[in-house]
Order: sequence, then structure tokens, then C-alpha cells
Amino acid sequence: MEYEAVIGLEVHVQIKAESKIFSRVRAGYGHEPNTMVDPVVMGLPGALPVMNKAALDGIIKAGLALNCTIPESCKWDRKNYFYPDSPNNYQITQYDQPICDGGFVEIELPGHNRGEMGEHKKIALTRIHLENDVGKLNHFADDSLVDYNRAFTSLMEIVSEPDMRSGEEAFAFLTAIRQTMIYCGISDCDMEKGQMRADANISVRPVGQKELGQKIELKNLNSITGVKNGIEYEIKRQTRELKKGNTIKQATWRWNADLGQTEMMREKEDAHDYRYFPDPDLMPVRIDEDWKTKLQNEIPELPWDKQRRFIEEYDLPFSITSVLVPDRILSDWFEAAAKQEPKLAQAIGNLVANDLLRDLSEAGMSIDTCKITPDTLLGLVKVVDQGIIPKNVANKDVFPEMFKTGETAEEVIERKGLKPDFDEGQVKVWCQEAIDENPKPVQNYKDGNEKSLNALLGPVMKKSKGKANPQLVNKIIRELID
Amino acid sequence: MSKELHYKSASELSELLEKKELSAVDLMKATIARTKEVEDKVGAFNSYDEVDALAQADASDARRAAGGSFGPLDGIPVGIKDNLAVNGQPLTCSSKMLEKFVSPYDATCIEKLKSQGAVLWGRLNLDEYAMGSSTENSAFKTTSNPWNLDCIPGGSSGGSAAAAAAGQAVMTLGSDTGGSIRQPASHCGVVGLKPTYGRVSRYGLAAFASSLDQVGPLTRNVKDAALLLQAISGHDERDSTSYKVSTPNFLEAMEKQRGHKWTLGLPKEYFATAADTPAMKPVLEAIEFYRSLGCEIKEVSLPHTDYAVATYYIIATAEASSNLARYDGIRYTHRAEKFDAKDSVDIYCQSRAEGFGEEVKRRVILGTYVLSSGYYDAYYLKAQKVRTLIRRDFENAFKEVDALLTPTSPTPAFKKGEKASDPLSMYLSDIYTISANLAGIPGMSLPCGYSDGLPVGLQILGKPFKEDELLSIAHEFEMAHDFKDQHPSL
Repeated sequence: MEYEAVIGLEVHVQIKAESKIFSRVRAGYGHEPNTMVDPVVMGLPGALPVMNKAALDGIIKAGLALNCTIPESCKWDRKNYFYPDSPNNYQITQYDQPICDGGFVEIELPGHNRGEMGEHKKIALTRIHLENDVGKLNHFADDSLVDYNRAFTSLMEIVSEPDMRSGEEAFAFLTAIRQTMIYCGISDCDMEKGQMRADANISVRPVGQKELGQKIELKNLNSITGVKNGIEYEIKRQTRELKKGNTIKQATWRWNADLGQTEMMREKEDAHDYRYFPDPDLMPVRIDEDWKTKLQNEIPELPWDKQRRFIEEYDLPFSITSVLVPDRILSDWFEAAAKQEPKLAQAIGNLVANDLLRDLSEAGMSIDTCKITPDTLLGLVKVVDQGIIPKNVANKDVFPEMFKTGETAEEVIERKGLKPDFDEGQVKVWCQEAIDENPKPVQNYKDGNEKSLNALLGPVMKKSKGKANPQLVNKIIRELID
Repeated sequence: MSKELHYKSASELSELLEKKELSAVDLMKATIARTKEVEDKVGAFNSYDEVDALAQADASDARRAAGGSFGPLDGIPVGIKDNLAVNGQPLTCSSKMLEKFVSPYDATCIEKLKSQGAVLWGRLNLDEYAMGSSTENSAFKTTSNPWNLDCIPGGSSGGSAAAAAAGQAVMTLGSDTGGSIRQPASHCGVVGLKPTYGRVSRYGLAAFASSLDQVGPLTRNVKDAALLLQAISGHDERDSTSYKVSTPNFLEAMEKQRGHKWTLGLPKEYFATAADTPAMKPVLEAIEFYRSLGCEIKEVSLPHTDYAVATYYIIATAEASSNLARYDGIRYTHRAEKFDAKDSVDIYCQSRAEGFGEEVKRRVILGTYVLSSGYYDAYYLKAQKVRTLIRRDFENAFKEVDALLTPTSPTPAFKKGEKASDPLSMYLSDIYTISANLAGIPGMSLPCGYSDGLPVGLQILGKPFKEDELLSIAHEFEMAHDFKDQHPSL
């Protein structure tokens, strides 16, 4: 019997904001324990939560970017449970009126090869709601300590429908969410810093069966790759169990990335009763059209749209767009050059995706601090296009200097004397000489063998000591023969 | 004979201070002396900090000397219920759970009092976490009614009411969730005012039931209540439930409304049961007084009154069960000495078993129950619907009348221990006060007479944000009687 997996994800994303969700205390990562707290964050007697509008802006923007419906109002509920990382022993969340309803995430599955776009798919969302993050427990041999710095950081929970079928789809789902959040400036989604966290619900059923199999919850998925590997492992494990005739028991499992396997944490949760009720300390939030429109206008062109446009408008190969587009700043940088000379976009794209990214990564720099600007890069592509210097000289000699010094292409060419010390007339003379000296390839060309003229290129380059522009040489030779 | 300093009103004292006939330090010294003189009998204070109070008074004198008084409250000692956060002072809520807790911040109402120069004086006893009607639920001490030391002072603001009545503070702050200002005020013969929900910020008031709690004044006369309410009112961006409404000048409004012929309603449901009890006599006489002034007295109906107590004990306990979850033995509360260190649940269980008193446990359990899945709709949701009906009852009544007159409490102060083992009869001592919290409307209790030597209070309930009218109505009565100048003999 064939089996298929059904996967749903719950993704927690911290919203990037100056202050915490229900307090004015600064939010941030990597500070001395318990230094980013106030009476609200510590749950002191008498402290009251007050909504931070920046968190609402963030989640509404996320909802709009992920195609959700934003209702006219939403409210706050308390989720009651005792845990030492929770200062009030209740979490302020949204039970039955979340701020974002439905929606979907467009994902791309891997293509057959790197140069080919993979299949696109829509993964439906159930909802996105806003809640406060909790503190962090640190366990030691004899005791545990709590750090409340993270407590009350704005956290949204993106809940998917059980719409995914493989670890690869889950990987693509998280990648797409991450890119969208970064594009919109909602979150940096750094999983190492806990800015994005995912739990997976995984079940397996015989292909063709309508009812879902018994699901398990998989936790401790600390990276996007971990999500993929953990899910794939778990699908195999469950399939194996079912094939053996065993049943899957409701349980919570954890992914052990070091051992590359899943481990059971606890069997069937004690039926949790969170005793949700509306938080009497907070008023419901009304979301009017003006607010939504304002946020909608702040959403930039999203990655998939940009990729489709780059392919169409600039005739870029998929492989280059898939390097440029995931990085909003890089793709904007590219476009600042490309939109000035759309016909040179491919050459610009090549330089950015290959040479520029390579040199940046070797220098440990980012595009923000790069000395080459979109305009100077365009200048370099232009001098090649105009036949002033050959492409190999541009890439090998000019580009690295521009990267180092921030000079324009012309300045580098001038300083290093890379401009040929002969003119087009001289190239013509060398071409004629080569034609005369190599009658055989010329004859072959005349007989219809296009490629045979390549044999004349070498001699001309030799005469010019490598400085002649090969494209120009080719052009002249053809003109002379035809 | 001029009255003793400790029974003078805030406005009288303010005048003396302004004229420099009295210094704030001398006033504070007199207040300390009076407190010590009667505290063995009254037991209103959980703690007080003489050094700190005298330093505050000294600063007040310095301001006045420099011609920079902060206003009528500058230098006036104000007693504070021990569930309001004052930076650097204990905040115990009369609970073992918070016995050693010192607040690192000020409540908004405290911040406001400080900015107006009031001298914050002492931490006043209450029923643990404000849960109770007799102050017998305090983990630390029993407060006595200054009029009869065998009787309870009412609750939960029993310390605040007793201290004001006994002259241990010029005025005091309390909190009222179901009658906790008005009921002890009536038992101790002082004025107590529960403002409209949202009039005063709750920031820094240790929450019992968030949708019902309000901070308010307990004073020996109506004008002082106006003065103190004025000082603490106003929108606060740290409390989302505080209302964005301007605060009228209450004393000016009272002046303007003098002699107004009010239309006053008598809710028939409140009078049906208790019409002939001895405690009702002064209330009926007060009603006759208003009639004699030319006010129109009308019978009105609040048909859902019977459901108020049940509704209240569902909503209040539900919110309390969640609000009190933070007292868990992990951070700043009492932590049991013995627990299984590998099990955080054991820390909670042991610490809460030791830290909370019986009434608090009873309400936490009740609240947990009514919010539980399977019971939520039948209890909590239903109670919220009834709450809406109760609010509507008042809206309808206020279409016909300006304010309602009722007894504050079914009986005068009862004997200590009398109801301690019967929580239900204790709950019923709040039947006349609870509805105002459910409806969010303002209410006040005004001394209107005695029954067997114990004070009886007249309750005046008003329209939302019409505290000025309540004060005016109360003031008419107060001016024609001398209850404000009658004090317990201690």
C-alpha cells in the first residue's frame, strides 16, 4: 500500500518593534538577563497591559501580504496555564477573533535543475493571531533560572491548514514566509535568535483515504532545514509503523538534530483546558479601511511578483532571478542599474549574481557597504557593450579594482592603461592579415561552416597582445569576408 | 470648642496650612500620635512609615515656605489601602503571599497624589486581595469598627474606613469591586465613593476583578470626597480601560447644583425585602428629607436585581482566578520552603497552599470552575449576558430619575466572627452595592443615622460620569445634618 503524509505548520514569528507588545520596555535579543523588564513584563501586582500599535501594524501588514482577510475588529483573550516562563501565568492572545483570517502562502518547489523554475503551489492558512512571547528557562544541574527579557515580545502565530505533503513543501512554506516577512520589514525571521519558530503536525494515511491519520506534534525544529529533515524522518517512521501494522499514538515528539532522529517527548497531552476568556484589561481593536490602506501601501512588491517581472521585463534567466529576488535590497540594487538600460540587464544580472556576490562574501561585506554603485556597475557593462574593452578584461581587471576602490570603470581603465593603444583601423588591418594568412578556414566559412571563423580570432588576439575586443574582431572579420 | 486636629476636614486643614497657622510636619505628627493612640483598639494599619511620612510633610512645608504649594492636598495625610502600589512601600494585599513584597513602582493614583503634595500615610488593612466584606479575611490582623470594637468595620476597605472614622488619617483611598468602599464606609460612618468604571486609573491597583475594580475616596465629609476624587481622576494611557473623558471641577459643580430639585428613584426591588428592618429607618428618613427639599421621589424598577449577586460571583471569581495566577512562588511572592525542585507544579501548589487564605482559595477555585471548558457557556457567558441586562436596567431607570437612593447595606456592622463561617450570608451583605460595579455606574455611601449605636449609610447611585451629581445630592443632606461632626468615642 502507498502512503501519503499530511502536514500542517504553526509558525511563530516575532514582530520587529522598538518596544514590547503590551509594555513600553524596549524589545531586543542578547542583553543581560532580566534587564528588559518593567512591572508589566514581570507580572507585578497592579501592572496592566497596554497595546503597542507597532505590533498591530506588523501583523496587519503580514496578513495583507499573506492574502488574509482582516476583519473590522478583533479582541484579546487570556489563555490560562501555569509555566515559569510566563509572568502572569496567562498569555494574552486571540482565541476566537484573530486579526487575520484565512489567506495563503505561495510556495515554490525545487525545479528539475537550478536553471528551471519549480512548481508553484498555494498553501492555505487558517489564521494569524497576535500574542505575547514568554520568557526563557535556563536549566542547570540543581535548578532553573528564568530570563524575562523575551517575555512580552510581540509574537504572531501563523497557522496553516494541513495542506503540505512533504518536508520539501514545509521547507518551501517557511522560506516563503521568511522572505515575505523580511521584504515587508515585519521580522528578520532569524531562527537562531528565536525570531521564527515552527511546530509541525504530521500524520500519514494510505493514498486515497479521506480521513486523516493520527497526527503527532513535532517540536524543537530549530532551523528551516531542521523542519524539512525532521518532517521527512517522521513521515518515514510513521509509514514504517503503519506498514508493520502498528498504530500511531497521539503524542508530542522532538527533533534531535544532532542524532538526526525524532524522539518522543510525551504521550497524549493531558487534555489542556486553557480557560480562555476575554481579557478585561484590554479593549477590542477596531481596524478601519484607512488603517488597512495605509499599511497596504507600505507593502513592497513581493518576491514572487518581482521574480516573474524580472523574467518578463529584463529577460533574465530563472537562475539569476532566483539569486537576486530573495534579497530585497540586492534585487532593488540590481534594478537601479537595469532599469536605466534594460537591454543590458542580463549582463548586469550576471555581474551582480556572480562577481559581486562572490566578492562581497569573500570580503565579508554586505551590499549596503559595497563601494560599487548601481551606476558605476552600469558604466562597466556599458564600456564592454561599446567595445571599448573586452568582457574578460572588464571582469578580471576592472571589476575587482572598482570593488576595492570605488572608482568608475573609466577611471580604472585609464589608471591601469587597459584601453587598447590602437584604433579600429588597426584591428581591421590585423583582421585582413589573418584572413590572408588562413585561407582554409575562410574557405570553410564560405562553404557554410559558420564556426570555422573562430580559427581567425586567435591570430588577431595575438597580434593585439590580447587587447582587441573579440566581439569587435568577429564583426570585422565577417564584414571583410562578406 | 474647636474640634480636635485629627477630626478636621481636609479643606479646613488646607486653609490652616495655607495661612501657615499649621505646618504639615505638625499635622503629620498629630496624625501619627492619633494613629498610635487608637491603633491598639482599631487595628486599621498593616504598617506605617513615620520617617517617610514626616519627610514628605517636611517637603510640603518647604514648598509652601517657598511659595510653591501644589494645591489643596499639599501636606494632607492620606491613608492608602494596602493593595495600591507605592514605590518603596510594602504592598501586601493583606496576604501572606505578598508579606515581604515591596513595590518598585507607583500606582497612577499614587503618582497623582504625590504630584499634588499629599502625604501618603500607612498601609491600610483589607480582606486578602480585597475579597470579603468584613476585613476578617486579612492574613495579618482583624480591624475593629471604631463605633463598636466588637464589630467588624466592613470590607474589603475596612482599614481605610476605620482609619478615616477614627481620625488616623484625614482621608483614605480604598478600592471597590462589589461594594468594598461603600459598605465599610456605611459601617464606619464615613463617606465612601466608588467612581464610574474608567474614571480612575487602575494602574497599580492589585487586580481582584479587572472589569469591576475602581479606586475611590473614603472621607469624613462630602467635600473632602470631592477633593480626593478630583485628585485621582483622569484618563491614564497605562490603563486601557480608563476613560477618555475630562474631569469636571467637582467642588464648583456642587456649588452650582446647590438647591437643585433632583428627581430621585427608589428601586422597589431594594426596598421590598428590608422595608421594616431597624437599619432601614434612617434611610427612609433620609428619603423624606429629600422629599421635604422639594425633590421628586419616584419608585423605579431594576427587574434583574435578583440575579446580581450570582452574576457578580461568577464574573468576579472568573477574573480573579486568572488575575491571581501570577502569585505563584516563582518571582516575588511567598515560596514554600519544601517542594519537589524537579517539578514546577509542586512549587505552585505548595506556595499557593501556604500563601493564600481560605476565601481567596474558594474564589480562585470557583472562578477556575466557571471558566472551565464545558461550563463556560452556562456560567461565564450567561453571566456576561445578565450583566448586560443589569446595565440596561439602570439605563432605563436613569431615563426617569437623576439618581437612585437605597440602603448601602442590609444591616449595620455585624459582630466579628458572626458570618466568618458562612460565606454566603457574607456575600449577601453586598446585595445593594454589587449592581453598581456590574453596571459600571458611580455610587456613594453617606452617613444618614444610626441603628443600635452603629452608623447606617444611604447609598446614592448615579449616571455614568455624574459623580458631581452624587456629591451634590449627598452634600444637601450633609449640610442639613450633623453626622459629619459625630465621631466614635475611642
